[in-house]
Amino acid sequence: MFQGLDAQRLVALFVAGWALLSFPLLALWDHEARVFGLPLFPLALFGIWALLIAALAWVVEHGRERDPAASDSARPH
Amino acid sequence: MLSAPLVIAVSFAYLLLLFAVAYWGDWRAAQGRSVISSPWVYALSMAVYCTAWTYFGSVGRAANSGVWFLPIYLGPMLAMILAWMVVRKMIRVAKTYRITSIADFIASRYGKSPLLAGLVTMITVVGIVPYIALQLKAIASGYAVLTSPLGSPAVQSAQWWNDSTLYVALMLAGFTMVFGARHLDSTERHEGMVAAIAFESVVKLVAFLAVGLFVSFGLFASPAALFDQAYAVAELRRLLQFGQNQPFAYPQWFGLTLLAMLSVIFLPRQFQVMVVENVDEQHLRRAVWVFPLYLLLINLFVLPIAIGGLLHFGPGRMDPETFILSLPLSQGHGALALAAFVGGLSAATGMVIVEAIAVSTMVCNDLVMPLLLRMRRFGARASGDLTGLLLGIRRLAILGILLLGYLYFHLAGEAYALVSIGLISFAAVAQFAPAMLGGLYWKGGTRRGALAGLLLGFGFWVYTLMLPSLAKSGWLDSDFLQFGPFGWHWFKPEAFLGLSGLDNLTHSLFWSLLANIGAYVGVSLWRAPSAAETSQALLFVDVFNRTAHARPVFWQGKAQVSALLPLTGRFLGVDVAQRLFVGYAARLGVASIDQIPGDARLVHFVETQLAGAIGSASARVMVAAVVEEEALDLDDVMRILDEASQLRAYSHALEDKSRSLERATAELREANEKLKSLDRMKDDFMSSVTHELRTPLTSIRALSELMRDDDHMDMAQRQQFLGIIVTEAERLSRLVNQVLDMAKIEAGHAEWHDTDVDLREVAEQAAGTMKESYRERGVTLVLSLPSQVHAVRADADRLTQVVLNLLSNALKYAPREGGRVVLRLHEDPDRLTVEVEDNGPGIPLEQQAVAFEKFRQVAGDDHYRAGGTGLGLPISRQIVEHFGGSMWLRSTPGQGACFGFSLPRHTPTAADDSYNDEHQRSTET
Repeated sequence: MFQGLDAQRLVALFVAGWALLSFPLLALWDHEARVFGLPLFPLALFGIWALLIAALAWVVEHGRERDPAASDSARPH
Repeated sequence: MLSAPLVIAVSFAYLLLLFAVAYWGDWRAAQGRSVISSPWVYALSMAVYCTAWTYFGSVGRAANSGVWFLPIYLGPMLAMILAWMVVRKMIRVAKTYRITSIADFIASRYGKSPLLAGLVTMITVVGIVPYIALQLKAIASGYAVLTSPLGSPAVQSAQWWNDSTLYVALMLAGFTMVFGARHLDSTERHEGMVAAIAFESVVKLVAFLAVGLFVSFGLFASPAALFDQAYAVAELRRLLQFGQNQPFAYPQWFGLTLLAMLSVIFLPRQFQVMVVENVDEQHLRRAVWVFPLYLLLINLFVLPIAIGGLLHFGPGRMDPETFILSLPLSQGHGALALAAFVGGLSAATGMVIVEAIAVSTMVCNDLVMPLLLRMRRFGARASGDLTGLLLGIRRLAILGILLLGYLYFHLAGEAYALVSIGLISFAAVAQFAPAMLGGLYWKGGTRRGALAGLLLGFGFWVYTLMLPSLAKSGWLDSDFLQFGPFGWHWFKPEAFLGLSGLDNLTHSLFWSLLANIGAYVGVSLWRAPSAAETSQALLFVDVFNRTAHARPVFWQGKAQVSALLPLTGRFLGVDVAQRLFVGYAARLGVASIDQIPGDARLVHFVETQLAGAIGSASARVMVAAVVEEEALDLDDVMRILDEASQLRAYSHALEDKSRSLERATAELREANEKLKSLDRMKDDFMSSVTHELRTPLTSIRALSELMRDDDHMDMAQRQQFLGIIVTEAERLSRLVNQVLDMAKIEAGHAEWHDTDVDLREVAEQAAGTMKESYRERGVTLVLSLPSQVHAVRADADRLTQVVLNLLSNALKYAPREGGRVVLRLHEDPDRLTVEVEDNGPGIPLEQQAVAFEKFRQVAGDDHYRAGGTGLGLPISRQIVEHFGGSMWLRSTPGQGACFGFSLPRHTPTAADDSYNDEHQRSTET
């Protein structure tokens, strides 16, 4: 189930996302700073979010190009 | 404020539009041109996750606690990363076994247990009703904000018949009945409904973004200006900070994220749109990133709207949950406020419709049907069409759920803020996670384990979250909150066993999931699973590893078509059943329904079809009642599995064989094509050769006969004839030689004597040979040779043959007067090139392509000297190519032609030399 390059990439991405959105990495944004007038912490959360979406889109859409029949894993590998 | 009739008219018109979209979706589906068969529509339908709670509640939460509205959407982001694996597996299982709800999924996995199905349904109803109430409340309070003067408290009508919320609930029930329970379908898919939901997702996103843009760029100069002002107010400044003047509550952050992660998969409506309504597994690929993107967009302006509202109205003056309506309204933008209300209406109605369909399916299949089917009147041995009854139950269930929601709203609506209600529901459905995920990946989970886990988890949820919320609403004595039940302070609901330091949601989530997982795993390990549990576990966990043909069917006994067909007919309709059985017979390859063998596959087929309509547990009971089955023990399960595995192995081997056979066939076909074309070429060649031989032979014979028959021919005439005969004979022998030559080269039998050849010498020698012929015909031959060139590795005689051939060719085409042929040799760093250029008529473009083909002679002008064989150029090209060179033709009609060839320069490398030295030395010794 978690075999195959795509699956491993997704698991890695999940772990990375979880780490970025929890202690202690979240504490990195504990500053009073503002970027372009916007508060840093909310901006950072949205930034991480957008990054995760982009990475996820790359993994799944890239997987489709590489192996269109990847989903058909009815046969054991 | 806006006039009430206007708001009602617009809402009504919007609901009618929704009807139209859903109707159109159903109509297209009936035509076979599904509108929802697109990953984009699929992703949009998943956005039913964003309810009125998102639409109004997020702003409220942001106004109270800053970024704390975000974990509810970051959780789904993380869940979607794994969805390609987890949700796809759920889709595969659901499609394979016709599973139409979470209750059915869990019940089916643990041995098709009606008890489990009923329990899951109960938990769902208890957990979801407040959530539906919340949607009704959102619509009601939104309506109140729009139609009452700004800032004044909304007036709730005292009489229930005067309450618009009731009519909203009834209208939604009507819509849901029409598009969610119109006909009985064994896959439980509702195309029109999904189309309407996707449409609603677009509406709510656009409306929310419109208000966000208005607040960020209309009400304030820019988001930066908005935050500038916010930083000036201490209270608002706190909202934008990381810890908000206290330690950051990591456990709560973690808890909320985890909760949202589980909810986005296990909420009944999410399961409905993601798993049951899925058209194609591949759509998930795009949806897993488009859906989080949707969530990001709809949350983008939550903070600006919340902060903007607080700045505009001042903290505490206005309910932040209605900022999205009151902000445009305060600026006189009635139309924008109305659009925002329609967006909120979309969010609320979308949720209510899908949730009601999902829950009504559960209530019907897993709560009502099992009870009804126990009765003699409806049991398996009874007769009569039950499709109408099934639909009636679903419709009643839909109405019942909405009325329950309305009742809850009426009784408790004012007690709790939107966000709290939503989270309580989330925590309830999170209890399904251990049994669902465990069931998908762990074969050891048992029915008892799942039951124990669900019961304990749900119990803790009631005790630590539900009861306290009721107490806070004033319905219960809140003493037990402060001192524990009966004064047992260790059992305080919000500090169980004295656990403190967590907010009550995280506290409840922790204890309920801990108890749930602990009981599920512990009880599962306590007893070995039964045969039925094992067989279902194998089917679920290994769903990706089996093809349809090699899927084992865990059943043994005897069945009769004559019993199963009427049974199917009772639940799916007689016509549908007939169609299904005819289709099944056709797949088996038997002539009629009567000839279908009553084996395990038939039983499995009927059971799967029924499962779609009445749930797997009821289907099992029904089928078991009309067939003679033998109980399976664990050994039987293993035996059947073995047989299926063997079958799988055979089918694999067969597949491999047929693939390699196909490959071999393709190769053979290719070889055959090649042979055929070679054969055709050989035939062409033979006919060309015989044709070429016949011409000189005919003239030799004719002249010889003339001389034989005419004794009085004078000497001069005789001599002339003999001259012609000799010339023709020479041509004949040249032709034969060339044909032999050609055949040898092509067959690879030619002898080559490779040496280092100086092309200058070759050119000079060839020119010397041809000098006489040129002089005779008055054509000038000009040599243009460099003083020294590098050698090429080739056969000198063969190359001379090539140059001679080119020179004699040129001679043929050069004009008789002023004819001029240039033989040119020049050297590039890597190759040597020989060119022979004449000033004859040139070669037309269409003939250039065939100049190198056998027996093709390019027609010259009137002074063309015939006599070639049509083999010279092909042979020359073969020779040049043999030495790794290439040959070409360049010609502009009317300006002569230039034939040339080039050969790679021979550069003896050090390795060659040493090799040669070595070689020589070894031969010397």
